[in-house]
Amino acid sequence: MNKLSFRIGGVHPADNKFSRERSIETLPLPKTVYVSMAQHLGAPAKPVVAPGDKVKAGQVIAEPGGFISAFVHSPVSGTVKSVSMRNDLAGRPATHVEIAVEGDEWAEGIDLSDTLVSEIRDDRQTILDKIKACGVVGLGGATFPTHVKLNPAPGKKADCLIINGAECEPYLTCDYRIMVERPREIVVGAAIMQKVLGCRCVIGVEENKPEAIAALRSAISELGYRDMEVGVLKMCYPQGGEKQLIDSVLRRQVKSGCLPIDAGAVVQNVATALAVYEAVQKNKPLVSKVMTVTGNCLPADRMHNYRFRIGTPLSFIIEQAGGVPEGAAKIISGGPMMGKAISNLDACTVKGSSSILYLDAESTKRKPAGNCIRCGKCSDACPMGLEPFLLNRLYKAGDIEGLEKNAAQDCIECGCCLYSCPANIPLLDNVRQAKAQALGAIRARAAAAKAAAEATKK
Amino acid sequence: MSNIVILTVVILTVVAVLLALILFWVSKKFRVEEDPRIDEVEKVMPGANCGGCGFAGCRAFAEAAVKAPNLDSQFCPVGGNETMKKVAAILGYEVKEQAPRLAVVRCNGSCENRPRTNIYDGSMSCKVKAALYSGDTGCQYGCVGCGDCVAACQFGAISMDPSTGLPVVDESKCTACGACAKACPKGVIEIRNMGTTPRNRRRVYVSCINKDKGGVARKACAAACIGCGKCAKVCKFGAITIENNLSYIDFTKCVACGQCVLECPTGAIHAVNFTPKKVQPSPVKKEETNE
Amino acid sequence: MDKLLVSPAPHLHVKTSTRSLMTDVVIALTPAILVSILFYGWSELMVLAVSVASCVLTEWAVTKFLLKRPSTISDMSAVITGLLLAMNLPASIPWWVTVIGGVFSIGVVKMTFGGLGQNVFNPAIAGRIFLLISFPVYMTDWSMTDGFVPVVDAVSGATPLTALKEALLSGSTVSEFFAESGLTVRDMIQDVGASAGEVSSLALLAGFAYLLVRKVVKIWIPLSIFATVAIVSGIFSLANPDLYTGPVFNIFTGGMVLGACFMATDYVTSPMTTAGGIIYGIGIGLITMMIRYFGSYPEGMSFAILIMNCTVPLLNNWFHNKKYGRP
Repeated sequence: MNKLSFRIGGVHPADNKFSRERSIETLPLPKTVYVSMAQHLGAPAKPVVAPGDKVKAGQVIAEPGGFISAFVHSPVSGTVKSVSMRNDLAGRPATHVEIAVEGDEWAEGIDLSDTLVSEIRDDRQTILDKIKACGVVGLGGATFPTHVKLNPAPGKKADCLIINGAECEPYLTCDYRIMVERPREIVVGAAIMQKVLGCRCVIGVEENKPEAIAALRSAISELGYRDMEVGVLKMCYPQGGEKQLIDSVLRRQVKSGCLPIDAGAVVQNVATALAVYEAVQKNKPLVSKVMTVTGNCLPADRMHNYRFRIGTPLSFIIEQAGGVPEGAAKIISGGPMMGKAISNLDACTVKGSSSILYLDAESTKRKPAGNCIRCGKCSDACPMGLEPFLLNRLYKAGDIEGLEKNAAQDCIECGCCLYSCPANIPLLDNVRQAKAQALGAIRARAAAAKAAAEATKK
Repeated sequence: MSNIVILTVVILTVVAVLLALILFWVSKKFRVEEDPRIDEVEKVMPGANCGGCGFAGCRAFAEAAVKAPNLDSQFCPVGGNETMKKVAAILGYEVKEQAPRLAVVRCNGSCENRPRTNIYDGSMSCKVKAALYSGDTGCQYGCVGCGDCVAACQFGAISMDPSTGLPVVDESKCTACGACAKACPKGVIEIRNMGTTPRNRRRVYVSCINKDKGGVARKACAAACIGCGKCAKVCKFGAITIENNLSYIDFTKCVACGQCVLECPTGAIHAVNFTPKKVQPSPVKKEETNE
Repeated sequence: MDKLLVSPAPHLHVKTSTRSLMTDVVIALTPAILVSILFYGWSELMVLAVSVASCVLTEWAVTKFLLKRPSTISDMSAVITGLLLAMNLPASIPWWVTVIGGVFSIGVVKMTFGGLGQNVFNPAIAGRIFLLISFPVYMTDWSMTDGFVPVVDAVSGATPLTALKEALLSGSTVSEFFAESGLTVRDMIQDVGASAGEVSSLALLAGFAYLLVRKVVKIWIPLSIFATVAIVSGIFSLANPDLYTGPVFNIFTGGMVLGACFMATDYVTSPMTTAGGIIYGIGIGLITMMIRYFGSYPEGMSFAILIMNCTVPLLNNWFHNKKYGRP
């Protein structure tokens, strides 16, 4: 069996999937949840509840604030206490709806049973409407609203749906657990999206998860899906990056500045596939998902894969898992390569939360940066084929034109450059700024061109 | 032997003459006609090319000055009135004298006033840090202390004070070019009049830009402006406004009477270059509030 | 619980550091060093020690007293410069010449440009050439062989290349030279009277294999150098075997292996892309062969590397990696 992989760059951090054998547990309900209005890419949602309102689990509490935006549902039943600003995990204020939990009553029409519904009855538009109404967003990290992604602009057609089960980030096991425990639901979810897009489907899973590969394969054959297969991917970070996955599976590259759909591909995470299944077949909005509690300074018996209600405070989850372990120097939400360091433990989980990761000082504390020795390891590692050392230099020199010429805007912020630099130069810190500057220049030019075009029209 | 010497001399002379002719022709052919006053103006400019005037550099300023009908819209903050007078003399324009200005750091969140809540471990760049999160203190508005302003200053006028973690502006070196204010991702640095008149150097300003509600701001930083409005009430000149829980002193209206400094409960209002008799300088007040 | 760390992603880092990479190079040089000590005895060890010490001390002194920066000697790069320089020197060289070489390599060639990573020229090579031009007598005296194992003293007191050059100048042919000196292919690969770095190509290649396995360097630069040398000398020796030596002789003499595997592959002074590296290697091979065949110096590896060092910024500018999603 040949294993698929992308053709440029990549690094091989130890995968450290310590919590892979921990089955998914359902986290108890906290006393209060705080649901953020800005938990998806795009415009924040607009709250439609007021303090004092009684809400049920699964009830809409906020409507999309724009085209690229999503519905937000109450994850619990109870009373809305306030709609106010609250800091997210990076300490930045966002509107949150505070709900005091009372019992666990669900809104009507939601099928909470575990029975598999494999028959896809709805037509394309109904499916899209349901996905939108249930607030499903991409759960691979970017939280891009799924209904937008599944509905390509006119004239663009996908020929392959790629379900991303790579889970290339070290430590994380939440996707692995759902692939092992709920393969049939994921496969049906994928089939639903296939129906919307009208194309074949490949589920990409990294080779270090043979149980997941076997489970998905048997689910596909059990359900008799013809044009769906599991693709075994090489273990290489960032295998689960959207652009890398397309290259791995389809041997096609998304042109710079274009979307995956321009290369005929749509990529969705396995957790998204599960959410799509629940939304379409069970009418269940995205109010809960699975996260991993893990780390390299956490005793094995305190590692968990939790199904939690979105909006649960991080501090509550940490407490349930036995508190912050001895020696934890950094707490990260997400994987160690792209996750965000948490500065505010009072923050709450959002749709994109996938883990609480404790790292000790030795593995995560940055070492003092030395001189660049031009070893080229950053360029070798960059999966976009960029030259981070050069971008770093151009950024410091303030050469925005040079940054654009050297494709700073193509950076996917995967972290391979900083990870692999032997001189500990904070490459990505600067390249991220460089990317923003290059993108800013491109957008400014586009806006100016548009304005000029409109001026000539008049 | 002498043949070789003569030949060499002849060839070299011919080459030299040819090259000289080419150079002469090129300098004639590609000569750029330029107003000689641009060079003159550029000569009297400070030559720092800091961009503080809004032009790309001193020459760009000179070109614009020569083209412009008057000098009203141009001012060199580095050279100040002296330079502008010289420029005006060359071009035969009138020039209005401007009050000298300088950069003011509007944050007093020293390590003491504003306890650290986490340890920042990324690269030492304010831009990177500010883009990542709200900062390593409870205050999401104030100085993040990585020294982008220090790096931006061409005149060596800003340095980080290691005891407070805040930048300090050297009054004698600052030219008010504004590079630091541009470099600060938090907008902590403001270019303000150096004194209430062009001659004195007394100034009063609110050393805080925290827009949080009083309680939140105070919890994050002992020296925060809590937006209580006492200063605005006591000001007889209408120089103080309160907006978004934050006080602001309009330096064009302030006469540096110092009443607001006495009134401020957190010591967020700073008075600089006052003789100690007239007004209690703010450090004393700070100590009181810290207790 | 202490205060948490916060930094931008990624939160992990490879174990590899500048220091570990440099240490790997030192390890890779060890077999060749051991072999040379075996052949040249304690005096060779002396040269190595003096060279390393003068390089490290110079770097320490420059950072401390001139640049007033934290010392960078712990990154081991000065040690490598010292070793490589020593491996280019004859064992009989007076100690003060070695010191001058070390001070020049680090003080002038490396630190004036800003230290590690900033220098344009390979410090060890520049140091060697500096000494070769300044002290040609000391630098070409290979007579001392008080080692623990007798060296194959094919051509007493001179490296094979020097001896060959002299032989060719005096009118003999290549085959006559080989017949007279009794130099065999086996000698050239295993042990031949020359500087420490030239004495055993086998030991050097073993060290280079270690670097390849550890992924410290890539094979492209040495490979393209060897290929170019082989092709050029192959063509010339076929055309006129009396005047021009063949590929094997050229690859295994005159510091070719040391230069190609350890000096041309220096990170700082070699191109960063594979394509650039191949052009760089071809350039080194060509220039070396031109100097050897037509120049007055018997060997040309150092000059070739130094000349190609100048082209590295250009090569880095011309050749870029293949970018994702771009033609």
